[in-house]
Amino acid sequence: MTEAVIAERDRLRIAGPVRMDDAAAIEAGLRALLDAPPAALTVEVADPGSLDIGPSWLLHRALATLTARGTSVSFDGPVPEHFAYLDGLAARRAAPAAAETSRASLVGGLAALGRRIELRGQSWYEALTYGGQLLATAATRWTSVGRLRIPSVVRHVHETGVQAIPIVAVIAFLISVISAYIGAQQLRPFGAEIFTVDLVAIGVLRELGVLLTAIMVAGRSGSAYAAELGVMKLNDEVDALESMGMNPYELLVLPRILALVISMPLLTVVADAMGLAGGAALTSYLLDLPWQQFVARLDSAIGDTTFWAGLVKAPVFGVLIALTGTLRGLQVRESSRELGRLTTVAVVQSIFLVILADAMFAILFLEIDF
Amino acid sequence: MSAVPVISVRDVVNRFGRQVVHDGVSFDVFPGEVFGIVGGSGSGKSVLLRTMLGLRRPTAGAVELEGRDITAMSDAELREVKRRYGVTFQHGALFSSLTVAENITLPVAEAVDLDEPALESLVELRLRMVGLPLEAAAKHPAQLSGGMVKRVALARALALDPVLLFLDEPTAGLDPIAAAEFDSLVLYLRETLRLTVVMVTHDLDTLARTCDRVAVLVDGKVIVDTLEGIVANDHPWIRQYFHGARGRALGLRGEAGDGA
Repeated sequence: MTEAVIAERDRLRIAGPVRMDDAAAIEAGLRALLDAPPAALTVEVADPGSLDIGPSWLLHRALATLTARGTSVSFDGPVPEHFAYLDGLAARRAAPAAAETSRASLVGGLAALGRRIELRGQSWYEALTYGGQLLATAATRWTSVGRLRIPSVVRHVHETGVQAIPIVAVIAFLISVISAYIGAQQLRPFGAEIFTVDLVAIGVLRELGVLLTAIMVAGRSGSAYAAELGVMKLNDEVDALESMGMNPYELLVLPRILALVISMPLLTVVADAMGLAGGAALTSYLLDLPWQQFVARLDSAIGDTTFWAGLVKAPVFGVLIALTGTLRGLQVRESSRELGRLTTVAVVQSIFLVILADAMFAILFLEIDF
Repeated sequence: MSAVPVISVRDVVNRFGRQVVHDGVSFDVFPGEVFGIVGGSGSGKSVLLRTMLGLRRPTAGAVELEGRDITAMSDAELREVKRRYGVTFQHGALFSSLTVAENITLPVAEAVDLDEPALESLVELRLRMVGLPLEAAAKHPAQLSGGMVKRVALARALALDPVLLFLDEPTAGLDPIAAAEFDSLVLYLRETLRLTVVMVTHDLDTLARTCDRVAVLVDGKVIVDTLEGIVANDHPWIRQYFHGARGRALGLRGEAGDGA
């Protein structure tokens, strides 16, 4: 486009229309003038109506700054028509300087550390309160089957359990194929390939089945819980429930926890079965071990408690995932960014808690020889 | 008013399946006018607004903004046109993860290559224009009151110096004082900036105070007139709307010579 703004040493000519889109042009011209203020500046505006209010403001501010620095500003011809309005705006109230953010490095650092500690403490306090309130609700409300919110539980079992079957099955199958493959390769030099069956069976039943299930469920349902409750929180739906005399813990949280307590063990059984199938498939392919023999070997490899040692962890993991997801969801306040952050936190923390709990189970089972 | 219309809606038909929302709606909005749109729930106010914004292509008919038909435009042309208008949504639709200043800067930084001080200065301008304190700039939308949200939404809508302003329920949820302030603000901006304003509103006070002409959506059609003319109309729905208890409280009277 042609030069709408021409800045010379002591003359500013605005020849064409200056819309918001051209604000960069006028800004560049003004910056040149502000960098080296002339003693006197003449402003010439060809068409006073052709300046949008945004560019007019930038011009208005710059001229005020120049005047304050001792430049005598005069108009050659008409003044931009928005100037009258802008004079009023600028005079309305002196801009209070944006104070704060004057952080000296050490004090600022300490303050930031303090804030972080306070936040962390608050988060733990909230988690504790949350657990307490849940227990209280469970104790007072779960006095009859009718209060269990069966339809809601069924819906959540369907969403977190039934719909997760395909992905859990596939993952369990693949992982056990991989571990069987590595096991067979390592054991072959010792002529002990047959122990691959033991490796897969014990690995899958005790640890892999339930752990993989828990991680998948944390990714699928922990995030879903946090997001669902977070959006409800943002829409004031939780407040609405409470105002109607309903208990959000009873209505929103407990059914979700109960649902995972039910669906986690069921999914674990699926994962166990698919894991063993994967092991059987690989051993029959790689070791030429017919599946009848696999089953026979399996029988002697696993003890009475092997299967239960895995399964008993499932509901505990379910509770951990559901608790973390719902708690983080209910902590959402104010903004969509919070929602995203807390959903992420829910998934990461529930996976962490699951693995931590798994380690504690391992120690416990070792001690009691389970 | 024989000037070239800013918006010209021509025989717009909107149909969802078998449900006809607009059955040939036509009207013009002229420069510098405050144009109100009213209608019952489900009468298609939002659909009409979305059609005028170019967010929805009508089943039939045309919408012209400054003489150009937006229903027959390419996406690139439509983007150009969208620079010419500003919109405020009913619930503000502020970006909740951005501060007020960032909300206002967003469209500007997208369109113009300006440095930080200039952008800050423009934020100050917009806040001053809508009468908000400058401290509001650093706040997040969740920290604002309902009235402030509406003002910030207006500030954001004004960020690119539009010639045309669409306001969807600008005073809904505001107390009468805040609503009256918002009305005066709109009128003031119209006076000083010669903006054209199209507002969808249910607020009879706002209609009476700000709108030059009013379009009423009834039975898939539109009736356009001055407020006095609309009030005098004897369509049953319009009579109920303006002469119900709420209308009477306003002292709006259609009967001749009863002073309106």
